[in-house]
Amino acid sequence: MDMKKIEAIIRIEKLDEVRIALEKEGFVGMTVTEVKGRGSQKGITLEWRAGEYRVEFLPKLKLELVVDEFDVESAIKVLTEAARTGKPGDGKIFIYPVDNVVRVRTGERGKKAL
Amino acid sequence: MNAGDTAWVLISFALVILMTPALGFFYAGMARKKNILSTLMLSVSILVLISVQWVLYGYSISFGPDKGGIIGGLNWLGLNGISLIHSGYAPTIPHTAFILFQMAFAVITPALIAGAFIERIKFSGFLLFSLLWATFVYDPAAHWVWGIGGWLRNMGAMDFAGGAVVHITAGVSALAVAMVIGKRKGYGKTPMEPSNIAFTVLGAFLLWFGWFGFNGGSALSAGPLAASTILATNSAGAAAGLTWMIISWVHKRPSVLGLATGAIVGLAAVTPASGFISPLSAIMIGMVAAGLSYYAIILRMKINVDESLDVFACHGVGGIWGIIATGLFAQKAINPAGANGLFFGNPGQLGIQLLTAASIGTFSFVVSFILAKIIDAVFGLRVSENEEDVGLDISQHGETAY
Repeated sequence: MDMKKIEAIIRIEKLDEVRIALEKEGFVGMTVTEVKGRGSQKGITLEWRAGEYRVEFLPKLKLELVVDEFDVESAIKVLTEAARTGKPGDGKIFIYPVDNVVRVRTGERGKKAL
Repeated sequence: MNAGDTAWVLISFALVILMTPALGFFYAGMARKKNILSTLMLSVSILVLISVQWVLYGYSISFGPDKGGIIGGLNWLGLNGISLIHSGYAPTIPHTAFILFQMAFAVITPALIAGAFIERIKFSGFLLFSLLWATFVYDPAAHWVWGIGGWLRNMGAMDFAGGAVVHITAGVSALAVAMVIGKRKGYGKTPMEPSNIAFTVLGAFLLWFGWFGFNGGSALSAGPLAASTILATNSAGAAAGLTWMIISWVHKRPSVLGLATGAIVGLAAVTPASGFISPLSAIMIGMVAAGLSYYAIILRMKINVDESLDVFACHGVGGIWGIIATGLFAQKAINPAGANGLFFGNPGQLGIQLLTAASIGTFSFVVSFILAKIIDAVFGLRVSENEEDVGLDISQHGETAY
């Protein structure tokens, strides 16, 4: 009854595309958090009154969903395709093992609770 | 007495009062998130402090019976026993309307300085500084230029709505206090992200709106002079905003913050000239002001002084240019009560204007520097390092913005 948590850092503007693509493949439940972060591109410069200033962390979204381990590859495929622009800053996907899942309403456990 | 004039000056008073909280938002948007409320507080606390000071003695020493050209007497303390009708300043409006209108100017000027030392000023030290500054810099400067018997007024200095009295005093003093208080912790090393540029844009354009009262109300009448003053004001603000936007675009991108800053600089610069000039002169004044202030900010950053919101580069440079420009562009054809400037055949006026800028600037810088030094030594002008790290919203006021 192995399950995995998929944690994806994505561009804010990609959320709707990603959600629609995930839903098409049957991934309905997910949690989204506003986060700040940086990757190889580091920060960016924004305009000040005269000249510019640096912003070292960029706003991103963290999307979390827990899936059956057999569905991990399809979820990754959907995520990478829907969240990609091809430019630095597209984000990353992390995959973790999940011990158990409990549905609060019914007390169901494991994959039945997904 | 004239009902129209009185109504216009009273509305102008309200417009100018709106500028002080507007200035708070203009500044707070550029402060970091942990200092939004404290930056707003620097403006709104001045509104309540100086409104009282003005009634108690500020008006008396600014506009009261002259003592040697330097200061008004204490005859009108508490506005007691004065004529509520006749002022000697504006024949067609009640004395109280003039007192109110001038109060709004006395309020916003010390609030302007606050941009120099946001995010590190100790609130109690700030209140003390502002009260002393109003008493020993603003009130005398207002007397010199606008008070009956004031020595610059007697020489024929032209400052329609406060290029010297408001913008030079505030801008130059900002530089002096910034030098005393020192840089913010981490200035130039760690990023300082503005909390909300939308607040700044909102504040800037509320200031623009209030400026119609600031300059237009300075006509002290609701006639052709108020109208031509407002046209000059709007023209200069627009020309400067446009110029700043283009400069920032040429450098990289058309900045909203840049446009808003440019507008304020243009409005500040046209303030002393607005009642004496044609709209075309106003556009020239605005364009030049934007260029001067833009590069003044670059220069200020290069010399690594943390005059945080560039009160000097915007108001100081704008005010100095405006006072000089008044000596260039003023036309008796626009305002017969004024004088012609250099471009209209009267080079002498330019000399008077230069003397006005130099004397008001020097006086403001010296007194502000001394006041800041004394308060810093006796009382403390700056919060502790830990309070600065936490942010002034929590450490000074025990509140958070959002």
